[in-house]
Amino acid sequence: MVQLSDLRRLGPYEWEIPASVRSDMRVPVRLFASSELLQAIGGDASLEQAVNAATLPGVVGEVLVMPDVHQGYGFPIGGVAATELPSGVISPGAIGYDINCGVRLLASRVKLAEAEGLMDELASALDAACPSGVGQGGRLRLDERELERACREGGEWARKDGFGTEFDVARTEEGGFLDGADFSKVSRRARDRGKPQMGTLGAGNHFIEVEVVDEVLDPEAARVMGLQEGCLTVMIHCGSRGFGHQICTDYVKSFQKAVQRYGIRLPDRELVCAPLDSPEGHAYEGAMRCAANYAFANRQVLAHLAREAFAKTLRGRAPNVHLHQVYDIAHNMGKTEEHTIDGKRRRVCVHRKGATRAFGPGFEGLPPEYRPIGQPVLVPGSMGTASWVLVGTEKSMERSLGSCCHGAGRTMSRRKAKRSINGGELRRELEDRGIKVRAGSMPGLAEEAPAAYKDVDAVVDAVAGAGIARKVARLRPVAVVKG
Amino acid sequence: MEHTADWELEVWGPDMPALIAEAARGMYGLMEVKTSEDSRCHRRLEFFADDREQLLVSFLGELLFLAEAESLAFDGFLLKVDGTSLVARLEGGSIMSRSKEIKAVTYHRLEISETERGLETSIIFDV
Repeated sequence: MVQLSDLRRLGPYEWEIPASVRSDMRVPVRLFASSELLQAIGGDASLEQAVNAATLPGVVGEVLVMPDVHQGYGFPIGGVAATELPSGVISPGAIGYDINCGVRLLASRVKLAEAEGLMDELASALDAACPSGVGQGGRLRLDERELERACREGGEWARKDGFGTEFDVARTEEGGFLDGADFSKVSRRARDRGKPQMGTLGAGNHFIEVEVVDEVLDPEAARVMGLQEGCLTVMIHCGSRGFGHQICTDYVKSFQKAVQRYGIRLPDRELVCAPLDSPEGHAYEGAMRCAANYAFANRQVLAHLAREAFAKTLRGRAPNVHLHQVYDIAHNMGKTEEHTIDGKRRRVCVHRKGATRAFGPGFEGLPPEYRPIGQPVLVPGSMGTASWVLVGTEKSMERSLGSCCHGAGRTMSRRKAKRSINGGELRRELEDRGIKVRAGSMPGLAEEAPAAYKDVDAVVDAVAGAGIARKVARLRPVAVVKG
Repeated sequence: MEHTADWELEVWGPDMPALIAEAARGMYGLMEVKTSEDSRCHRRLEFFADDREQLLVSFLGELLFLAEAESLAFDGFLLKVDGTSLVARLEGGSIMSRSKEIKAVTYHRLEISETERGLETSIIFDV
């Protein structure tokens, strides 16, 4: 069992679990956290799971752990691991079931002061426009051909069908699609689940929030992103829905055999993997990229629906009702990238699960306006608390494989939250604080209560303190729509 | 059982068919599934696995798929296990409501062990 005493302090916000702590570790674990957050992290199995991740064949550098980490299944939520091409492995469990779960931020020039009395109406309009809830289908019913196109083209597919603009697609990670999506590697079951769910939010911790820019800390970066203090934004958090869940399920099952075939020994079956350069590895990668593109398209459709609801509610009652896209980032993904690791330039598959990409300034894949400032990093807080806009830094490229945290991170179990928090009371409490709430179920709302999460400000202080991101703006919620 | 982000379900039964049926009932319980009593439906499903754990995950995964893709849930289980294969005759109905989403059944720390209660295991669901 990994203990907090196994950690070596590297700096005020950096810690290491040396590879000598367990004989099967191939690389060390590097953790970004303050001393206070570390105590919460030590309270569950996160560190043990990070050590398990450090046993993946072909893993290079360090396994990275973000301050919002919490225990997952196999791989910790808030973990990053790079495996070297071609001999390293790809592990579906290290990417997660909700492939390309991510966050999109849209911003406006509408001042909260101009629209304050309309927030109730806006919450209802967003709730009506964006289908949400358990197993909820959307208004789009894709046939096989359209689903395949969405899987190949991602955000661009949605744009061509009238859901959004070229500007939206350009301001999406990877331009809204991953090359190499192979629809033939997606099962019939996944296709059946994917067809009715395009343009839906789902349930659990997924949400649409209206937030106001509360504080700008980097005026130049905020200006480039079009974020103005006191103005309204809309944040969307969701992923690839049942389509991605089924693809991950299918490959975790088929990889049980692959590990036997390739003689891979693992401390946990949920970490099953296959060499990147193997038929199994290629098949999963092709299918995973379909789900990634599906999720980009899904958020694009939802953004369009949210934009329509926003404009319809506010047009004629406030000026400048357009919502422009700030950025869209993934936080459950496997990506081929090049990084300098142990002094050598290497091509790696970066597994990020509950962690975002956070590339620093100068990266060519960023939209031209973002190249000087670095990639926007969107960090949603727990419901009712602040969210943050950050940017990646040069140091994130050196210390964290261009990666950052993805949220506040749970600290209380869902069961305990449901037992100790009353959904109805929580809703009243949020409404008393001026936050309008639309939720599919009250027990579901209780599970996502702010008290069940770490303090997002402390998480952001840790990544900023470690230098792997820089603060741009703090957002405060004024309306929440949950599935 | 407590698990930070996901759900962990502890199940036991005298033998494999009982354990599998209990796990299915527990999973539907977590999802808060309510089914229609009016139109009953029947399904026969077959599974072949490498071991008992995989058999359990495959069966529960199929029930999740049927809940989402066909809006069906089952409360009658006639299960025949032969080694690591399973023939399931199921009776159920259309789902009227379910309030919680389970994304997947995981293999995380999954092990079926023999205890004085018969067979016992705990299953972690991604939610």
